[in-house]
Amino acid sequence: MIQLELQNLKKYYASHKAVDDISFSISEGDIFGLLGPNGAGKTTLIRMITGIIFPDHGSIIYKGKTFDPVEDIFHIGYMPEERGLYKKMKIGEQALYLAMLKGLSKQDALKKTKEWFEKFEMQNWWNKKTEDLSKGMSQKLQFVTTVLHEPELLILDEPFSGLDPVNSNLIKEEIFKLNKAGTTIIFSTHRMEQVEEICKKIVLINKGKKILDGELAQIKEDFKEHIFKIGFDGELPQFESSTSTLLSQDENVLSVRIHDEASPADVLKEYLSYGTKITSFNEVLPTLNEIFIRQVEEIKTTPAFSDTI
Amino acid sequence: MFKKTGLIIKREYLTRVRKRSFLFTTILLPLILFGFILAIAYFSTQSFENQKVAINDSDNIFRSSFRDGDGIQYEFTDDVTADNFAEKGYSAFLILPSDFSSVNDSVSLISSKQISIITEERIKDQINDALRNKALLENKIDKQLLDSINNIKQEKLYKFSAVIRQGEKTEQSNAGLSYAIGFASGMLIYLTLIIYGTSVMRGVMEEKTNRIAEVIISSVRPYQLMAGKIIGIAAVGLTQLLIWIVFLLVLVGVAGFFLPSDALQAGSDLPMGMANAENASSAMELLEAKNLLLSANWPLIISTFVFYFLGGYLFYAALFAAVGSVVNEDAQEAQALVLPVTMPIILSFVIMAAVINNPDSPMAVWSSIIPLSSPIVMMARIPSGNVPFWQLGLSIALLIAGFIFTTYIAAKIYRTGILLYGKKVTLKEIGKWLFRKS
Repeated sequence: MIQLELQNLKKYYASHKAVDDISFSISEGDIFGLLGPNGAGKTTLIRMITGIIFPDHGSIIYKGKTFDPVEDIFHIGYMPEERGLYKKMKIGEQALYLAMLKGLSKQDALKKTKEWFEKFEMQNWWNKKTEDLSKGMSQKLQFVTTVLHEPELLILDEPFSGLDPVNSNLIKEEIFKLNKAGTTIIFSTHRMEQVEEICKKIVLINKGKKILDGELAQIKEDFKEHIFKIGFDGELPQFESSTSTLLSQDENVLSVRIHDEASPADVLKEYLSYGTKITSFNEVLPTLNEIFIRQVEEIKTTPAFSDTI
Repeated sequence: MFKKTGLIIKREYLTRVRKRSFLFTTILLPLILFGFILAIAYFSTQSFENQKVAINDSDNIFRSSFRDGDGIQYEFTDDVTADNFAEKGYSAFLILPSDFSSVNDSVSLISSKQISIITEERIKDQINDALRNKALLENKIDKQLLDSINNIKQEKLYKFSAVIRQGEKTEQSNAGLSYAIGFASGMLIYLTLIIYGTSVMRGVMEEKTNRIAEVIISSVRPYQLMAGKIIGIAAVGLTQLLIWIVFLLVLVGVAGFFLPSDALQAGSDLPMGMANAENASSAMELLEAKNLLLSANWPLIISTFVFYFLGGYLFYAALFAAVGSVVNEDAQEAQALVLPVTMPIILSFVIMAAVINNPDSPMAVWSSIIPLSSPIVMMARIPSGNVPFWQLGLSIALLIAGFIFTTYIAAKIYRTGILLYGKKVTLKEIGKWLFRKS
């Protein structure tokens, strides 16, 4: 079932088009990657989904109905890229306050806060002030306050920025757990390599426009260049290949592009027939970064802009 | 909807009231206020240091008439000249002409530093008195008679009382009391506008620089966050006001307990000339002071004070919030942007101080009707009891309309400003936000 659908969203500012006619949909239970370089319009897009700002044009459909920024945001958890907490407020009170703003009753908020504090081993932080926490600790607290009210849709804008690998992993695991329990997750970042690890589906935007979207595996399939790596042992026999072009040789690994009419099996057979001692043979799929750069170079879009709003 | 705003109000209120600085300002603000009024009273009478003026009076006409006093000491000497008076320790040198017969005769006052207007006036008064005495003596007025007339002090001659009559009603008029109450109220509103207004601005700036604003407004609408903060801080202000009022009532109660009217009355009934005549007259003064205080229209003063306190606060708080939402971490930027908001407040105070002696002048009337200055200026006029109902009504209506307007404008700026990070905003851009539809 479709959880969130964006139809022709537009948001124009005086100096630039922050979001220019973007449509895509997210199914329930997805881990969805929203990708793009800095200033692509990701934050503006998310702010429209979270009801912080309104689109100039287009509509947002949440679970089959027009998005209601007052009611539906109870079911959305949002961790902004620019995030923070009240420095002078006690941590326990702060978590309660933010949970109650999301519509939880005081009892529920207290119960949930205690559960999460136990899970993240933060029970004895309750009376500390936020300003006394380390950066990693406050990021953990920030994550907890985002998911306390058990949102159906969790939106994380650069969730790992400022986190060390240990805490980064801790949060990554929690994201997977929440997803298994049925939470839909939108993961926004400009770090393409993080997305390849986490997301199943992505949308790529640049300068306010959608460049491509779909299943991550499918996108890689679509953009593959038939490049294979061949690992070998010993002396490489010299011959002119009729099935592939040699791109590079690096110690014991060859990189080749297979000709259109040939198949990987043909290449393998040819190399074996000349007596190559092959140790490995695998396809090289393009990284998202490469796909992105190729796409951006292909499509020259509207005038440059420099900031997000 | 109200539940969320209520949560925000509660947080704003509790975090502030629990702070030590709340206790601090609650005690300190009245002290500052009284200190300020005392200081003004002190400096307006003692504004100049003691001065020694040397006088070259070749004919000795003035020697007998000049009297030391009011911080000026006159010395008649012959060995002081315009060149050496400063070295001899005089602050000024007065040269009087030898013969005062024509209007063209000139008197000159030479000083090493600028002399204050008051000092100058006092020296002129002395000369005038001396000339008048001289003229009287020349016209055969007995010198002893003249001296005894000159020695009568004006305030010992009669008892002055002013009464206001409106139809059947007669009441004691007291310009001094209305002055004091008016000035104190205006001053208090001025201080609270600045203090609570800045508090709103700093609260908004904190939310923006801490980057919690975006977290919160993904749960509530921006105007709820802004309204919650403004109302929460207003509640803090009202709490403070309530504490002051209770404190004042307790003080008055205690004073009344120790000085019941009967005792004062009895004290003042005692015949003069007895051993405790001194006590009797001071008891009399206390009784008068008490009746005087009761003569003010307290219900009107207190109710209008609460209204103008809240109305003025709401009018300016929204603007302070807007400024807070626009600035980034830069404190200097905040200072520059807050100027257009604090200027009218400071200006109102200046107008208030200028018109308090003349509460019915056109300047006073208009500035107490225009919402920019009405909270401060109207409070200075009300104790005089001369404000017609149409003026009060118009002023109240305009202030309500005014704060609805400023809140509307500020909400538009706030909504955009609070989400804008690391960018310096120009006034032109702010203007654009105002005319953008939501």
